[in-house]
Amino acid sequence: MELTQLTIHEAHEGLMKKSFSSLELTQAFYRWIKSIDSRVSAYLSLTEEEACQQAQGADERRARGGEVSELTGIPLALKDILCTKSTRTTCASKILEHFLPPYDATVVRRLRGSGAVFLGKLNMDEFAMGSSTENSGFGITRNPWDFNRIPGGSSGGSAAAVAADECIASLGSDTGGSVRQPAACCGVVGLKPTYGRVSRFGLVAFASSLDQIGPITKDVTDCAILMDAISGHDSNDSTSVDIDVPDYKSALINDVKGMKLGIPKEYFVEGMDRDVERAVWEAIKLLEQWGATIREVSLPHTEYAVATYYIICTAEASSNLARYDGVKYGHRARGCDGLIDMYAKTRAEGFGPEVKRRIMLGTYVLSAGYYDAYYRKAQQVRTLIKEDFDRAFEDYDALITPTSPTPAFMIGEKVKDPLQMYLSDIFTIPVNLAGIPGISIPCGFSSDVLPIGLQIIGKHFDEEKILRLAYTYEQRTDWHLRRPQLG
Amino acid sequence: MKIRVKDVEYVARLARLTLSDEEKDEFAVQLNDILTYMDKLNELDTKDVEPTSHAIPVKNVFRPDEVRESLPREPFLGNAPEAEKGSYKVPRIIE
Repeated sequence: MELTQLTIHEAHEGLMKKSFSSLELTQAFYRWIKSIDSRVSAYLSLTEEEACQQAQGADERRARGGEVSELTGIPLALKDILCTKSTRTTCASKILEHFLPPYDATVVRRLRGSGAVFLGKLNMDEFAMGSSTENSGFGITRNPWDFNRIPGGSSGGSAAAVAADECIASLGSDTGGSVRQPAACCGVVGLKPTYGRVSRFGLVAFASSLDQIGPITKDVTDCAILMDAISGHDSNDSTSVDIDVPDYKSALINDVKGMKLGIPKEYFVEGMDRDVERAVWEAIKLLEQWGATIREVSLPHTEYAVATYYIICTAEASSNLARYDGVKYGHRARGCDGLIDMYAKTRAEGFGPEVKRRIMLGTYVLSAGYYDAYYRKAQQVRTLIKEDFDRAFEDYDALITPTSPTPAFMIGEKVKDPLQMYLSDIFTIPVNLAGIPGISIPCGFSSDVLPIGLQIIGKHFDEEKILRLAYTYEQRTDWHLRRPQLG
Repeated sequence: MKIRVKDVEYVARLARLTLSDEEKDEFAVQLNDILTYMDKLNELDTKDVEPTSHAIPVKNVFRPDEVRESLPREPFLGNAPEAEKGSYKVPRIIE
């Protein structure tokens, strides 16, 4: 087995046994990245010199018997929406092409503190707006399972890099499915934590009431290891919740006996992809065989989630992205006629088409005369969607659904039709609106050999139950061990 | 049509975005499609429903007003398109 194919826990074991050093491991990743990433294009930038120093530091720490964690010396990579001190952070946008953050995001600081190695920054849809990574200002990323297909989005680089063994694990961010949907498309594990579980400080804001940072990993154990490292209150993010964080690794129990699982009927609709439907139902039947109780449940407002989401997220985005005005950072247009003209031209030159479209939509729904009809209405429907989940969790431990209505689609297939693109997040969006946690794990393959994701949804701050379900499923199946055929 | 080119121009002005004629035409069509889809929400009676702005109850968070070390100024100014004498530089605002 190649070093680049190891999980975090396997690599940690190898480092402890001195089978290899962190520097050897890190160098193995750069060798592989240099041979394969011209085809996958997962990375926007590599930080080789710094990473090798971090790896040497980790090796020294280990050699002198210093305190080590499971992440000490482990090569990770970050979605380019997370601020990394003095390392370029672009959000895949031309407007931030040369931005050097003066500080680390809290999650980055925590991982650094545990001795992790950062290989580089990963591609994404510009400002995390998209479901295919085709909206990046710096080129598309390809799905390692089929280079003609999208890796999902917006954390497409994060999922593709893990699937193609270009890093052991990565972090993404999830506003409407941007960790779970690419994880499903690339056959890896992706978790969106409860809103408030993980600090958003240093996460470039898209839609602040929906954004959460989450891990993308090769297996559920690695997911728990990263959650243990990044979770918890942060005084720099007043929406991060100050309650105890459990030890997620001890939630990994291979047993689902007696767990009550709801299957929301609205997630299995006429005309859905046959392979997805089959794979998800097979997974549900296995969970039942292993002792879980399965019942159909109704989340009646599901069909309104996409409309609600695209009102709320564009409204928040139009406000959050007002800061890109060519004054404090980023691009500034030349040859302008006064301040207002400078703002408008700077933004016209710096933003890509999808970002402009969402700013326009968000500005419209917040504008005088339309606020009540759209924005307030959407906030009210958000309440109804949240109440659907609250009711379901009175009777059930978790809900099981597909992550995405189809496997990865073709590059270019939905670029010209924004509404069709928006509908590809139909099963992940409600989870963000309700602020609850959801995990996507591999549960099979389509007839075209494309990965299919199973979504497990939990109630607020109950990541432990969904991790336990995911872990049990993973331990008793082998989908997560399959890998794409590369070079 | 919910949105005509002149509405696109008005919203673009509010959003501080200069759009080409091509972009205006394209956005008029696309925003129209998307907003028509959003009308779906009017099927629901929400007369007595409280709006949700955050899924988790959030409240104002206070901290003691203590002097703390600030981040250094240079890396911030270093990111600015134009800076001078420790300040951001912008085009003249007052004629």
